[in-house]
Amino acid sequence: MSEPILELRGINKSFGPVHVLHDIDLTVNPGEVTALVGDNGAGKSTLVKCIAGIHPSDSGEVLFEGEPVHIKGPRDAAALGIEVVYQDLALADNLDIVQNMFLGRERTKGGLLDETDMEQAARKTLASLSVRTVKSVRTQVASLSGGQRQTVAIAKAVLWNSKVVLLDEPTAALGVAQTRQVLDLVRRLAEQGLGVVLISHNMNDVFEVADRIACLYLGRMAAVVGSKDVTHGQVVELITAGRSGDLGIARPEAATI
Amino acid sequence: MSSEEDSMTNTTETPSQDTPAPGAISDFGIDTTSMSTGEAMRDYWARVRGGELGSLPALLGLVVLLIVFSSLSDTFFTLGNLANLLQQGASITIIAMGLVFVLLLGEIDLSAGTASGVTASVMALHLIHNGNLLGGMGNTVFYVFCGLLVLAIVLASLMRIWAGAVLSLIAFLIAVLGVPANAWLEMLLAVCVGAAIGSITGFLVAKVGIPSFVVTLALFLVWGGVVLQLIGQGGTLGLRDDTIFNVANGNLNTAGSWLLCVIAVGGYAAVVLTRHFTRLRKGLVAQPTSLVLAKIGGLALLAAVATFALTQNRAPTDLIVIEGVPYVVPIVLVLLVIGTFVLDRTSYGRHIYAVGGNTEAARRAGINVEQIRMSVFVIASSAAAIGAIVYSSKVGSVDPNAGGGNTLLLSVGAAVIGGTSLFGGKGRLRDAVIGGAVLAIIQNGMGLLKQPAAVVFIVTGLVLLLAASVDALSRRRAAVAAR
Repeated sequence: MSEPILELRGINKSFGPVHVLHDIDLTVNPGEVTALVGDNGAGKSTLVKCIAGIHPSDSGEVLFEGEPVHIKGPRDAAALGIEVVYQDLALADNLDIVQNMFLGRERTKGGLLDETDMEQAARKTLASLSVRTVKSVRTQVASLSGGQRQTVAIAKAVLWNSKVVLLDEPTAALGVAQTRQVLDLVRRLAEQGLGVVLISHNMNDVFEVADRIACLYLGRMAAVVGSKDVTHGQVVELITAGRSGDLGIARPEAATI
Repeated sequence: MSSEEDSMTNTTETPSQDTPAPGAISDFGIDTTSMSTGEAMRDYWARVRGGELGSLPALLGLVVLLIVFSSLSDTFFTLGNLANLLQQGASITIIAMGLVFVLLLGEIDLSAGTASGVTASVMALHLIHNGNLLGGMGNTVFYVFCGLLVLAIVLASLMRIWAGAVLSLIAFLIAVLGVPANAWLEMLLAVCVGAAIGSITGFLVAKVGIPSFVVTLALFLVWGGVVLQLIGQGGTLGLRDDTIFNVANGNLNTAGSWLLCVIAVGGYAAVVLTRHFTRLRKGLVAQPTSLVLAKIGGLALLAAVATFALTQNRAPTDLIVIEGVPYVVPIVLVLLVIGTFVLDRTSYGRHIYAVGGNTEAARRAGINVEQIRMSVFVIASSAAAIGAIVYSSKVGSVDPNAGGGNTLLLSVGAAVIGGTSLFGGKGRLRDAVIGGAVLAIIQNGMGLLKQPAAVVFIVTGLVLLLAASVDALSRRRAAVAAR
């Protein structure tokens, strides 16, 4: 296995008196999909926000490509090549696909927007992800379906030569066919050598695309397992009880809080 | 010999025609690289049906109004009245253009009218007192005025809106140094005071976080009071200066008129054709060349006819000669071109649309939302100041009611009638011009038909209501089409 692209060591995060993340360790490997699962309130979204720099962690170490880094804000994360695709898609309805993909990082020539260059780059990126369901890259996002929006949001993350893509429940609001579309896309991202972190509640999705599954339980990393080594039931137990047989955190009596 | 040469050149040329243009991406399924005129038309029609009406309803309304008033009144469709129409509608249109920026964010600036009144009063005071604003305003008022300008400089610098800071600084310098009166300086002062006012409004909305409706409602009253204070109850400040008088009442000479026509059409053609052929060369979707040429030709014809008509003598008597394109036409055109350019071709403009469409998405994309939000108020108030120069010039004086009354409401109305959405994110600068034209025609036409003010108000209001309904309905349609 190649060197992990992103490595978290002992991440802690509190919101006031609430200790949300306890000593989280997590590695993300290039070319792999790491699923992050856990019950509501387990700290999945908080962990993603720590990585993305939206809520900087209180303590702990982050290594990116083996080098220790300090992520203090979203811009730091973006500069490293960490992109987040949020659950509530961060797309502007009144702009078209190209405009959305380049939002905040427009390419300019002599101070003016270089529309043709951006349009070509957007089409190349979509083509490289084998996205063919979008009629035209100049379509307004308002007139796209949920799956197409998700696709654009993911393609936006890929456009920036990012190395790690974090997807927060990308299939939560999608129908069957659209979920299929997005899962294929997630797989393709990993095939292109990116480190992918997928947050999902849907076990079918997780088992379909993930190489490894990281289970959070009440803010602790219960277990990180290979998706081929565990069964559906075991993961569900890890999510709901924090342990399953030999896997997971020790019995509550032994745990120190 | 010659036939051989022909065949030679033919064979060398053929391959270059067959190979696709460099950079063309053939891999993108349905995104075709060329469109026939029919396809382009169908595409447009599909978008209109889908709720993207743009300024189409306003343009239709414009045509209907022109026909109705021409048939009802003998004087409406005369050269003199049409030129008059342009001069009457200009100030509202200019203020509306500034407001489009604010409306694009889904905000509102109710104070633009009275703020323009303040800039007009300061301009008039500076002119009348030959640059001695201290004498014109009295001690207390002058010190408060300077204090506010300094505040505006600080606030704009704090938010790193340098244009606002520099303009406020210029206003401060002109006020403090007491430079003798000069028409151009006065107009600059008005715009700078406008920028300063906008900086304060914008800061209150963007940084302090008070809803723009409340901030500008409060400032609407404040600036109304300030105008009264500056001019004095019942007083009127006359603007006896040829340059200022000419802004709204003067005309370009015949040569200048035709030069303007050539520059406008040539500039439009250059921009449109450059973009068109760049897109074709890079293998991107482009409109059919014939359609682009037809558009340019249509505009050229329209511009030529208008210029020809306006360069005829339109004086009602034989004693004087009035001819040439009114100065307000190039003024509005320049503002329109600059503004459209900023909105369509710069990152700043793109960010305005993004913030108006989805503030959270814009924030996550790294856009400084507060800065954008403050800057649009600076633009709106500066544009309002230009509008103030035009309407003061038209009347030749500034009275305590300057910018009050329905100046603001008509400006907002103009932007909305043109197709700018009050919900933010949708609208173009030319909407303000088209909407301004609609309102100017209604006011002018009803006046010619000797309708009482009551009827004029009611009709204007109903037209605004109609435009707002079209906006709301087309939005609903667009939402349905998206599913």
